[in-house]
Amino acid sequence: MTDPRQPIAWRHVAYLLLSLTMVAAPHVFYLRWWTIALVSALIAWRAYLGYARLALPSRWLLILVALGATLGVFISYRTIFGRDAGVALLVVMLGLKFLETRTLRDATLLIFLGYFLVITNFLRDQTIPTGFYMLACTLVITATMISLHYARAEPAFRVQLRMAGVLLAQSVPLMLVLFLLFPRVPGPLWGMPQDTFAGTSGLSDTMTPGSLSKLTLSDAVAFRVKFESSLPRRRHLYWRGPVMWDFDGRTWSVARFFYNTPLPKTEGEAVSYEVTLEPHNRRWMFALDIPGKVPPLAFISGDFQIYANQPVKNRVRYDMLSYLNASYGVSENRFALRRALNLPAGTNPRALELARSLREKHADDLPLVEAVLRMFRDQNFFYTLEPPLLGDHPVDEFLFKTRAGFCEHFASAFAVLMRGAGIPARIVTGYQGGDMNEFGNYLIVRQAEAHAWVEIWLRDRGWVRVDPTSVVSPLRVDSGISAAVPATDPLPFMVRGDIEWLRRLRLSWDFMANSWNQWVLGYTPERQRWLLGSVGIDNATWQKLTAILFFLAGVIVATLTALALRQLRRRVRDPVNAAYLRFCDKLRRKGLSRDPTEGPVDYARRVEGSRPDLKPAVAAITRLYVALRYGTERGTEALMDLQRRVRQFSA
Amino acid sequence: MSRTIESVVAQVGSIILGKEHQIRLAIACLLARGHLLIEDIPGVGKTTLAHALATSLGMGFQRIQFTSDLLPADIIGVSIYNRDTGDFQFHAGPIFSQVVLADEVNRATPKAQSALLEAMEEHQVTTEGETRHLPEPFFVIATQNPSYQVGTFPLPESQLDRFLMRIHLGYPDSEAERALLQGENRRDLLAALKPAMRPQELAALQHRAQQVHSSSALLDYVQAIADHTRRTADYVNGLSPRAALALLHAARAWALMAERDHVVPEDVQAVLPAVVGHRLVRAGDVTKADGVDIADHLIKQVAIP
Repeated sequence: MTDPRQPIAWRHVAYLLLSLTMVAAPHVFYLRWWTIALVSALIAWRAYLGYARLALPSRWLLILVALGATLGVFISYRTIFGRDAGVALLVVMLGLKFLETRTLRDATLLIFLGYFLVITNFLRDQTIPTGFYMLACTLVITATMISLHYARAEPAFRVQLRMAGVLLAQSVPLMLVLFLLFPRVPGPLWGMPQDTFAGTSGLSDTMTPGSLSKLTLSDAVAFRVKFESSLPRRRHLYWRGPVMWDFDGRTWSVARFFYNTPLPKTEGEAVSYEVTLEPHNRRWMFALDIPGKVPPLAFISGDFQIYANQPVKNRVRYDMLSYLNASYGVSENRFALRRALNLPAGTNPRALELARSLREKHADDLPLVEAVLRMFRDQNFFYTLEPPLLGDHPVDEFLFKTRAGFCEHFASAFAVLMRGAGIPARIVTGYQGGDMNEFGNYLIVRQAEAHAWVEIWLRDRGWVRVDPTSVVSPLRVDSGISAAVPATDPLPFMVRGDIEWLRRLRLSWDFMANSWNQWVLGYTPERQRWLLGSVGIDNATWQKLTAILFFLAGVIVATLTALALRQLRRRVRDPVNAAYLRFCDKLRRKGLSRDPTEGPVDYARRVEGSRPDLKPAVAAITRLYVALRYGTERGTEALMDLQRRVRQFSA
Repeated sequence: MSRTIESVVAQVGSIILGKEHQIRLAIACLLARGHLLIEDIPGVGKTTLAHALATSLGMGFQRIQFTSDLLPADIIGVSIYNRDTGDFQFHAGPIFSQVVLADEVNRATPKAQSALLEAMEEHQVTTEGETRHLPEPFFVIATQNPSYQVGTFPLPESQLDRFLMRIHLGYPDSEAERALLQGENRRDLLAALKPAMRPQELAALQHRAQQVHSSSALLDYVQAIADHTRRTADYVNGLSPRAALALLHAARAWALMAERDHVVPEDVQAVLPAVVGHRLVRAGDVTKADGVDIADHLIKQVAIP
């Protein structure tokens, strides 16, 4: 064995530098510049000292630098705790530790520090690439650890990497058991109380012309949906988000308080599905029109928005149930209806004029709605991602001048016309459609699929969804946004489906990412219970889990040990040696065990010395063994003779 | 055949009392065609052993006393102008002998040492552009004082490696010493010594030593030993392949002397101290401890595969 106080060799310093730089590298994007400069300088210094075989700096200098760095971290972050400051401190200390790494023991300490640093990378980013990169880091660290145990005649680093790979592969079963069975706490695996989600894109609680078309520039995933049965038709895929009641002539906004409306009658076609919502730092949770169920830790408002109790800062998964054809709001609160008719005075006069004239022409509501939609369809309205900018009376300008707009323009104009004509109307924002991933059989809904439509209230029918955009551009609803907008419009790359192999590639990648999210990052106590339940372990308490965990870990370690031993023993497959080892075993049980460094002749002499009665048998066996193993005897008879004698031998 | 070996052992043993193991090692070294280094303090019978061996084996014997002013020419020989014939004539030095006793080899300067050691390795000497072969068998027995004594030039590791074995004689036990004190003068005994073996017999034995079977299991053991010295941090350097080969050759000779046609691990263990003692230096040990300690430690570290 190697002595821990032995000075560390230069190549080991180099390996350590390599592995720890690898581990710390991803932090570079988040650290302050001075930390990076300091650590680089420290590491370069150590590398130079090691290369030139110079003495390491004195302890006092290092203590001084450490104190200075701590102060620097405190000044930069106003704290030395928490994720950012903590990681900065850790990385600086890592560089400093290098400068006092003299012996093998210090190097071993650094190795374990490296393993710990691997974990810190997951505090930022828990995606698959990070996982793979950290696996590579672990491999290199392990190889470095292996190399530390060679005093001399060290094989190439490549060989050690392979050894490390074998070691890691052997630990995979144990890792799986630990992952699956270690008692879980609710909440995300890498949840940090602070620092998360500074800016994320998503729907907001207001809608102005241009706010949704800006969202279509983002191909970020809003949520993913897995349907229990088949996918509903595309034109049912209206994912309900913030509902806007109030209009100031330009901007629609969400009501600040809610009218008390009961959940809709549960009738018609019901669809069950599971939504995995990406964090968006708002409280909305999305569901198909019209939700028939409320997820835990959430509530539903009178206009059927689902609100989480807290802003969604972590990926959440919830089961949902929706009624695609249910009628709702027939007995709507009359204050609510009055609110749905409000129009600010003095804005968009021409639109109101138009509404009034329509009302005169059509006494009934339905023909009036149809007339407006016909107007959108026939009068050369144009659906585009890049609408012209609008002035003080945006609805007027849109209706009578530009006639080119995105969904929010159409929805807004339609709602204004409805209200002007005395029909209660409100704007619903959310998402429309989604991208089916056939690899994992789930729907991906991206920010680019943000949409706005209108709900009008008709007597006897309650709230009815009208999507004016679908009249102008039926493709938007039937085929998705990429088919609906002109090819020259700036749609994000991921949303376009032009190149088939690329589309398949990104869908399969999304499938992997989603599985990772669902099963690794989203492995919650519920999932754990469900998984255990499906193998017949019900109501697993943490005590039970721990017991199973230890049992399985024991089984795995025992199996691996047995396999390793068998591999060792495979080398003594030689029947001659096997017979002799049996013979030694018999003697061992009588307290005459053979030292592994003792030759057979010496051993026989010793045995004969303490047990003269065994002399003939021992001498014969030893003679045969030596002749077969070390001599030129190759006969099967001699081997069988040896085996027979060993069998008959008893001490 | 073995009787002749036993008679040599007995004959030498009658002069060097109580050192049968060392005598056997010395003979094994010779049978393995290796050179022998005897290291010990003055007066324990190093020279006597060398002399007795040479005589008993029936070989021509020359002794070179190494001193600090010894020159290579004193070992190899010199060409002298012959006035009668009018050309230079080579006068062979003491190296041209079957057994060369290099006494107190570490008292000479490195220059003289290297002249001897080159001859040991090549079995030939080159002087004045002419290569001359040394007689066969050619066997060097060198003696040296422990290196901590005054006035020594320690042999460097690379030259130590050319000796197959290094043995220590050590003090005789009290019984042997009493016999020595009571007995005749050693010098007279040496003078009266008769060869116990003919040169052809020795050549035949050397040939047979090479034929001794070493099974793959045995080679595994030798490799395990070499490998261990290379892996562990106990030694400054691991054993060289030449050292592993030396270990195998010596073990074969030892097996032959035990009248076996194959080598067993015990043979390796028996010759190990003499073969590796001068080749391994324990890490952090400047005193170059006794080879026996190192070998015992090594034997206890390596399991027999």
